Amino acid sequence: MRNGPQSGPVLLEWPDEHGLRPQPLLNTPIRVSGVDTAFRVETPEGTDIDLHPAGFYARSLAFLIDESLRWSIILGTFAVTGLLGVFGRGLALIVFFLCYWLFGVAFEVLNDGMTPGKRYQGLQVVHGDGTPITLPASLLRNLLLWVDLLPVFYVAGIVTMSLSQHFRRLGDLAAGTLVVYRRQPAAVDTDPAAHATAAPPRVRLTEAEQRVLIDFLERADTLTEERRAELAGMVAVPLEVTDDDASRAVLALAGTLRGG
Amino acid sequence: MRQQTFETIRAEEWEAFARQLDGADPASQEGAGTFARRYQSLARDLAVARSRGYSRRLVTRLNELVLRGHNRIYARRVGYGAAVREFVLAGFPIRVRSAWRFVLASSLLFAGSLVGMAVTVLVNPEWVYSVMSAEQAAALEAMYDPSASVIGRERASDSDFAMFGFYVMNNVGISFQLFASGLLLGLGSAFYLVFNGLHIGAAAGHMVNSGFTDTFSGFVAGHGPFELSAIVISGAAGLMLGYGLLAPGTMSRAASLQRAAREAVPLVLGAALMLLVAAFVEAFWSSISAIGTPVKHAVGAALWLLVLAYLVGAGRAGGSPADDTSGAAAEG
Repeated sequence: MRNGPQSGPVLLEWPDEHGLRPQPLLNTPIRVSGVDTAFRVETPEGTDIDLHPAGFYARSLAFLIDESLRWSIILGTFAVTGLLGVFGRGLALIVFFLCYWLFGVAFEVLNDGMTPGKRYQGLQVVHGDGTPITLPASLLRNLLLWVDLLPVFYVAGIVTMSLSQHFRRLGDLAAGTLVVYRRQPAAVDTDPAAHATAAPPRVRLTEAEQRVLIDFLERADTLTEERRAELAGMVAVPLEVTDDDASRAVLALAGTLRGG
Repeated sequence: MRQQTFETIRAEEWEAFARQLDGADPASQEGAGTFARRYQSLARDLAVARSRGYSRRLVTRLNELVLRGHNRIYARRVGYGAAVREFVLAGFPIRVRSAWRFVLASSLLFAGSLVGMAVTVLVNPEWVYSVMSAEQAAALEAMYDPSASVIGRERASDSDFAMFGFYVMNNVGISFQLFASGLLLGLGSAFYLVFNGLHIGAAAGHMVNSGFTDTFSGFVAGHGPFELSAIVISGAAGLMLGYGLLAPGTMSRAASLQRAAREAVPLVLGAALMLLVAAFVEAFWSSISAIGTPVKHAVGAALWLLVLAYLVGAGRAGGSPADDTSGAAAEG
C-alpha cells in the first residue's frame, strides 16, 4: 500500500516523505482537554485517534531497566570472552559497540517499538502519526541518546521531556517519535441487565451530564457500595431522585439513558 | 440512537475485527478486503461515538481497535535486502553529493586542522606535545618503528580480530559522536572535527620527524581513504543537524530539525559502513610488515581513487525518484 509511486524499496524512508499523506512533521497538538495528556492524530480516514504519551517517570524507569540490561550484557560478554583469549577480545569490543549504540535500535525495529524496559512499563515507541517505528527514526533517536545523557545522568533528556509538548526528549524531537502507552487499561463494563428497570429522568440533562451518568454506570462495579452511595447522594437532589436507595435509582436512570 | 442499541448492533462487527487483529496476518488474500472494509467502518463508528457523546469506555475501546488497525494497515514493510543494495550503490553517494556544502565545510575544518597541525609539528617538533602526552608520543614511535614485528599495534600479541573489534568500536563510535554532537548547534561536530584533525596531523608530523615516514604512511595508506572520508561525512551530518537548528527558515525550529535529521541519518549510516571497511583493512591488511611500502602506497592511491570515484560518480545514472527530492534540504 505504501510502495506505490517509488521505483523500488528505499532503505531510509520516512513515513511521509512522498506526501502520500498530508501529514505535518509535528502533529498539531490538539489538546483533548486541559487535564488530559492525550495526543490526537488525524488518520487518512478522517477519524481522530488518541495516543497517550508517557511521562518522565515511566520513561525513566524503563530507561533504568534497559541500562541495567545493557550493561549486564556487556559485562557478561567481557567475562565470557575473557576465556576465549585474543579472539574473544575482538568479539567483546564488537558486542560492546553494538550494545552501547544500537541496543535500542534492535529492539525497537524488531520488537514493535519496545525495548525490554519499555515493555515492562507498557510503553511503545511510535512515529508522531501513530504508525510503528521504522529504522531511520529509531537509529536517529538512539544515536542522539548520547546527547540526551549529557552532561550527567540524562539531565538534558529530562529537561527536554519536561519542557516539550508531549514528553519528547531531544532524540524524539529530532526523529518525530513519541513514547506512548501501549494499551489503555480496559474498562470493565457493568452488566447492563443489572439495571434494567426503566427510569426516565425527571429533569432535562445536557449531553455532558448524560455522559457523566453513563460513565458512573459503567464504573459502578469497580466502586464499593459506600462509594456508590456517596456519589449517587451528590446528584440525587438535582436529579429529583426521591428513592431511599439513591445509588440504585441513579444507576437505573443511567441505564435508561444508555438504552437497551 | 441510544448507546446500548448502537453497541448491540455493531458488536459483531467489532468482535470480528478484533479477531482479525489478533489472528492471522490481514495481508493474506482472504482477509485483506474484509479487513480494510472493517477498518473503515470502525473508523466511522469511532467518529460517530465521539460526536454523539457516548461513554468514555466505549470511545476508548473503539479508539484502541482503530489504533491497532491503523498500525497494521500503515505499517511499512521494507525489503531489506534490495533496500540495502540500493542504498550502498546509489542512495548514499547521491545524498553525500546533495549535501556538498556541509561536506565541504566539514572537510575544510578537518583537513585544515590536520594539515595545519602537521606543518606546525614539522617546523616545531615540540608542538606535538600540545595535543598528546609524552607517553602517547613514545607509544606512537614504538608502533611505527620499522623494527617492530607488527606495525601499528601497541602489543604484538593482539590478534587481527581483536584489533578489528577495537577499530570498529573506536572509529564508528567517533563517527556517531561527530554526528550526535551536531545537535549542540553544530559546535560539537566542529569541535570534534578539529580535535581529531589536530591529533592526526600531530601524529603524522611526529612520525616524519622521527624518521618513520615509510612505515607510518604505509600503514595509513590502506584504510585512510575510507576512514578520513567517513570522518568528514559524519562531521557533515552533524553540521547539518546544527544548521537545521540554527537556521530554520520558514519552519518551526523543531520541524526544521526533523527535516535536517532525516537528511543526515543516511550520511551517518553510510559513514559507519565505510568505517567498517576501514576497520577491516586496518586490522587485516595495514599491519602486515612483509608487504613493502611502495605496494602499500600504490594500493592506497588506488583506494583513494576508488572512494572518490564512488562518492562523485555512483548513482548518477538514474537513482530512485525518492532521492531526487532530497536535494532541497541542503538549501536549508
